[in-house]
Amino acid sequence: MADPVLDLRGLSRAFGALKATDDVSLTLMPGETHALIGPNGAGKSTLMGLVSGKIAPDAGEVWLEGQNITGLSVAKRAALGLGRSFQVSSLIPEYSAQRNVMLALQARQGHSYRFLKPVMRDRGLRDTARAILARVGLDARASVEAAVLSHGERRLLEIAVALALKPRCFLLDEPMAGLGSEGTARLVSFLQNLKDEAPILLVEHDMDAVFRLADRISVLVYGRIIATGTVDEIRANAQVRAVYLGEETPA
Amino acid sequence: MDNTRKEWLLNALMALALFGVPLWALMANEPFIITLATRIAILAIAAVGLNIALGLGGMVSFGHALYLGLGGYVAGIAAHHAFNGTPILAGIPGTNQMLVIWAIAMVLSGAIAAIVGALSLRTSGIFFIMITLAFAQMGFFFTLSWPAYGGEDGLPIFVRNQFPGLNTARPWDLFLISYGVLMVALVIFAMLRAARFGAALMAIRQNPDRAAAIGISPFGIKLVGFILSGMITGLAGAMMADLTRFVSPAMMAWTMSGELIVIIILGGVGRLFGPVAGAAILVGFEVFFGGLTEHWKLWLGLVLLAVVLFARGGLIGLIAGRAQNG
Repeated sequence: MADPVLDLRGLSRAFGALKATDDVSLTLMPGETHALIGPNGAGKSTLMGLVSGKIAPDAGEVWLEGQNITGLSVAKRAALGLGRSFQVSSLIPEYSAQRNVMLALQARQGHSYRFLKPVMRDRGLRDTARAILARVGLDARASVEAAVLSHGERRLLEIAVALALKPRCFLLDEPMAGLGSEGTARLVSFLQNLKDEAPILLVEHDMDAVFRLADRISVLVYGRIIATGTVDEIRANAQVRAVYLGEETPA
Repeated sequence: MDNTRKEWLLNALMALALFGVPLWALMANEPFIITLATRIAILAIAAVGLNIALGLGGMVSFGHALYLGLGGYVAGIAAHHAFNGTPILAGIPGTNQMLVIWAIAMVLSGAIAAIVGALSLRTSGIFFIMITLAFAQMGFFFTLSWPAYGGEDGLPIFVRNQFPGLNTARPWDLFLISYGVLMVALVIFAMLRAARFGAALMAIRQNPDRAAAIGISPFGIKLVGFILSGMITGLAGAMMADLTRFVSPAMMAWTMSGELIVIIILGGVGRLFGPVAGAAILVGFEVFFGGLTEHWKLWLGLVLLAVVLFARGGLIGLIAGRAQNG
């Protein structure tokens, strides 16, 4: 079996008495979409924070392509190939869509300490950014400021920025959040092809989307993973059904 | 006409006016006006420096008077020893050459800014403001209690430092030097802002989490911005000392830091010519209203209030609209 791209080993993190993440181990294999689901308050956001580096774990390790990245900063992890999108769109508001993508390209090249050449005359950056915007269908909105884009367009721009990083793995935090059914359908069909570029760790509330995209699903409840398996296995899992169809319902 | 065009036209007009008015004063034999224009230019250089930190990087430094004063004391001390023919430290002679003094002022200011920045950039918001203020106050009280160079009485520069090919004793020559340096400072600001460094710095101001998530470490970029900022303000300090032929701890006083912030807010935060517009407004107020009443700062305060409440983009924003970042 191939080595995992992303490997979470026994991650734990408590906030006071609350164990937000409790001994979570999980792998992301090459070419797969691994979805992380769970009811509200299950600890999905904390886990995303632990993986991206925003939150330091009390115990456990994060490995990316055979390298222990547990002690690294958010920026270093991103530079090593962790391409995340945010649950609440987090873009550079005064920059146009194109400049948001150009900034990601610039960051990926690792050349931010350049003081002379104007960015906007850098054809390489500009053309590549345009091409990426075209892929997500935002090319017509390239010169619009991120703050002015619609919610759905900002979700797409989040994906475009992640694409520009050419990451070793994607970390998508509720990419469908707030999208209508049409927008969700479009994004699902886009994400179906994305995993060929790099595996996706997907946190998502929309169950239909998860069942259509995921190769494997892990179910997180009260900070613990109670089950990991294929779509069919998870659907058939009695414990998962109890959590989702019993006393708790997904938002 | 789009906003970018408007702003460039406005910038060109201001650059022209700042040159044309003293040129007219030269013909009309009004040296006082030339000196006023020189003061505007030098204050504007200081504010261009602060504009890198505050305007591009969102770092509200309430201690940039420290660099202004550092530059001033470099000029004063160098001139003092050159005049007396005594060494500064074991064998190092003083100098009366502006170019040498500027280089020393910039290197020293940059080094101090590196230390201040490395410590204070670990904080943000009100804490950053307070720490930068604290460092400037340390400089203020140090110079105040340092008897070797005048202490609280300050240090006069008996003969203005020299610039190759020009007679710095003449107001017009000193104006030309200041205007030239201001233009160079503005070009540097514009280049930084347009380059990858500026793109990263402005992005960090707007959303540091996003910048980190795509692999741009905010701390390093901000620190470099802070150092460049301090260097340019330090250069302005050396020139200011030569203009007034006097340095004193007052150059490092917190009111001076506030004045630099006021200049930027009046002119337009982050705007290329914001410092020029702001410095012109400040000096204009000082001269015209200062002649009418002792309490001219009250009126300046009201204008500042109006700008903050109704015209957040300062004078440039009022005329040329919002900044376009492409």
